[in-house]
Amino acid sequence: MAHGPQPGFKRWLYTTNHKDIGSMYLWFSFAMFLLGGCMALVIRAELFEPGLQIVQPEFFNQMTTMHGLIMVFGAVMPAFVGLANWMIPMMIGAPDMALPRMNNWSFWILPFAFTMLASTLFMEGGAPNFGWTFYAPLSTEYAPPSVTFFIFSIHIMGASSIMGAINIIATILNMRAPGMTLMKMPLFVWTWLITAYLLIAVMPVLAGVVTMMLMDIHFGTSFFSAAGGGDPVLFQHVFWFFGHPEVYIMILPAFGIVSAIIPTFARKPLFGYSSMVYATASIAFLSFIVWAHHMFTVGMPIAGELFFMYATMLIAVPTGVKVFNWVSTMFRGSMSFETPMLFSVAFVILFTIGGFSGLMLAIAPADFQYHDTYFVVAHFHYVLVPGAIFSITAGVYYWLPKWTGNMYNETMGKVHFWLAFIGLNLTFFPMHFVGLAGMPRRIPDYALQFADFNQIASMGAFLFGAAQLVFLFNVIRTVQGGRKATDKVWENPEGLEWTVPSPAPYHTFSTPPAVR
Amino acid sequence: MLRGFNRLFALLATSVPAHFALAEEGAERWGVNMTQGVTEVSRTTYDLHMLIFWICVVIGVLVFGVMFYSMWRHRKSKGYRASQFHESTAVELVWTIIPTLILVAMAVPATKTLYDIYDTGEADLDIMITGYQWKWKYDYLGADVSFFSNLSTPRAQIDNQLPKGPDYLLEVDEPLVVPVGKKIRFLMTANDVIHAWWVPELAVKRDAIPGFINEAWTRIEEPGIYRGQCAELCGKDHGFMPIVVKAVPEAEYTAWLGERAEAAAKARELTEKTFTFDELYAQGEKVYNRTCAACHQPNGQGVPGAFPAIAGSKIATGPLEGHLNMVINGSQKNPAMQAFGEQLSEVDLAAVITYQRNAFGNDMGDTVQPIDILNFKNKQ
Repeated sequence: MAHGPQPGFKRWLYTTNHKDIGSMYLWFSFAMFLLGGCMALVIRAELFEPGLQIVQPEFFNQMTTMHGLIMVFGAVMPAFVGLANWMIPMMIGAPDMALPRMNNWSFWILPFAFTMLASTLFMEGGAPNFGWTFYAPLSTEYAPPSVTFFIFSIHIMGASSIMGAINIIATILNMRAPGMTLMKMPLFVWTWLITAYLLIAVMPVLAGVVTMMLMDIHFGTSFFSAAGGGDPVLFQHVFWFFGHPEVYIMILPAFGIVSAIIPTFARKPLFGYSSMVYATASIAFLSFIVWAHHMFTVGMPIAGELFFMYATMLIAVPTGVKVFNWVSTMFRGSMSFETPMLFSVAFVILFTIGGFSGLMLAIAPADFQYHDTYFVVAHFHYVLVPGAIFSITAGVYYWLPKWTGNMYNETMGKVHFWLAFIGLNLTFFPMHFVGLAGMPRRIPDYALQFADFNQIASMGAFLFGAAQLVFLFNVIRTVQGGRKATDKVWENPEGLEWTVPSPAPYHTFSTPPAVR
Repeated sequence: MLRGFNRLFALLATSVPAHFALAEEGAERWGVNMTQGVTEVSRTTYDLHMLIFWICVVIGVLVFGVMFYSMWRHRKSKGYRASQFHESTAVELVWTIIPTLILVAMAVPATKTLYDIYDTGEADLDIMITGYQWKWKYDYLGADVSFFSNLSTPRAQIDNQLPKGPDYLLEVDEPLVVPVGKKIRFLMTANDVIHAWWVPELAVKRDAIPGFINEAWTRIEEPGIYRGQCAELCGKDHGFMPIVVKAVPEAEYTAWLGERAEAAAKARELTEKTFTFDELYAQGEKVYNRTCAACHQPNGQGVPGAFPAIAGSKIATGPLEGHLNMVINGSQKNPAMQAFGEQLSEVDLAAVITYQRNAFGNDMGDTVQPIDILNFKNKQ
């Protein structure tokens, strides 16, 4: 215990402490979650009824674009980095992250990136309006002038992610306590190690593609302009080479969280630890060879379609292994359903439903009917909201007593869960139906036959949004006080984080713990 | 077996919401499933979709069944003692190999269907489809027929000032007319950004990409009107560029083709005619609302920062030459301002330019005749 935090705001500005930085990441991501959520509510409010009521199409497109960008880069990714910061050193028995100053830097550039991105809403011509996938040439020759600011903010977010990933790899590979062999690491550490490699592999590709856009827009190149001899489809290949691993970046750490929570509340060890590790690695490998399944309709040769179809279907195998393992862990356990477990069980069920629609989308000929419809919107929200968001929420409830030393309010936690669960399903389940019935995505107005289900979805979205305020309130109350948590918090949880006092002291494991 | 299940599903899907259905004319509400469509490919696609759906349902029932049973029986509150079994290579192998086999079973019919969809050879008829912001252009290759297809839903319906019609947002001024029973090959491209031409009942969806020509085909079995929409985000009015395909018996199609060719010839004759200001102004207003209003707005005020105003604009109130050049050749600076010289007839160009110079408070008082347009084009 050399020294404690600096007083006042300097504590947060200058901090190199993994716990402080973890907290800042988590609060930042929650702020972005609310901002991106408000944009989603604008979208849902406009889609409540056919006709244009609240916003005009150009602003609607800015909302869908910013909602996607903010949720992916501002809410989900920083939340996982925040959890990694808090938990990885404590799980492997390290005193801090390997590169603490870089850790500070990789957080503090994020608020600037997102301020820049959000400021485009107030610029002439408006914010980016070309979808979060920003397909050229809509995002180059036809983009509003603010696209340049969008490119720079993506660069900064990418730099932040790469630094965070380097830090996590360096920490895991170098700072494990003696005896903590790779195959003894908690699954959250394993999944983050693999995620960090994915980040290092693909964030530079994203940086590359936005730089090519920048060159096309300002420096007279024609990477993506057919008129100049370029290729608009090239954009999609490069983007999705980043984009598909990116979706696994947003789900692999979730697997780790749920694999920690289910055994605790089933009071039974995880069924197949090593097969979970191998399954995660297989999913990561496959993520690099399936990107063009996002592009089945661009007119690839049939050999390409078949390759990407088969490779994509294969992902179902390791993903299935994971689901079967979770279910087997629950089977003949002694289960109780505290809030983290509720969110984790919902994760398994709803993520599996998202996996089923993913399998359907993998079938190229059927995908011609699904592609770019609300069926796709339903699919990726079913994997991202109950997948990423629910697992993050579960993780926060699970570790919050360790962080704050106080138990959260269980009743309020359950209310949050049921509101979110019902809201989520009301919002996204009907989207399967309207998608199959023929409603394209990213439209501000729609034909009359889609009206009823859209109305249900809009009501569900507001319920889901309201549920998050319960969460915010519960977390704030827990930070302020509440029933004291024991050091173990739960009945018999596994992991080094439960061997330190609650709340975890500012510095933990200054001397490495003994690992059996 | 599968068909039986599908029928059951269709029955459940339609009967349950029937209680709520307000039986809207024309539109089938509470639609929950993919259309079976009107082509062989669309039916095969539907069958494939349902096959995978039911496989997923069966797997889901098994997995969730075990899970819910476990959550019901194996609870701490019921005093259930946890067993401690874990790790079994045999079990892991089983649940790796069985799903792999199921996947192979899915891949076989999918591959077959894909080969069918890709077989674009030996077509009876070729139609070139070009996506524009925000309309479709259809060229009947080998026939002298080519036209644009625009949304025909009145602006007032979109703005909730008039009740919405049954085909709200799914209606166009000029549908794509095709014969039934013929193999039609579509060649797709785009003029500006990427669009995607999609008609669910034909199970045809292909991206229309500038600089590329994609192929697709269909053979429609029943005469009828089939509606679709652009499926790829293409800017502001992406939601407002529908597709309407009118499939008719071959004789009717041939007659229609003849009429169109005649009409085209007549339109060319009109180029020689001199119109009055009022005729041009009235026609110009129509053309403006169809072609220009999406960006420059019905009131000519544009959208600040994105689309310039026509009202009081330097070009629309400046020398005629500059105005003609902008409309006919498009903008050098902003690609969103397309070259309308090839999109509109000389009459429509003359009308819309006359309109722009004299509407929204612009008061140039001049009249542009079709022959002026022709002369301008010939000079270039």
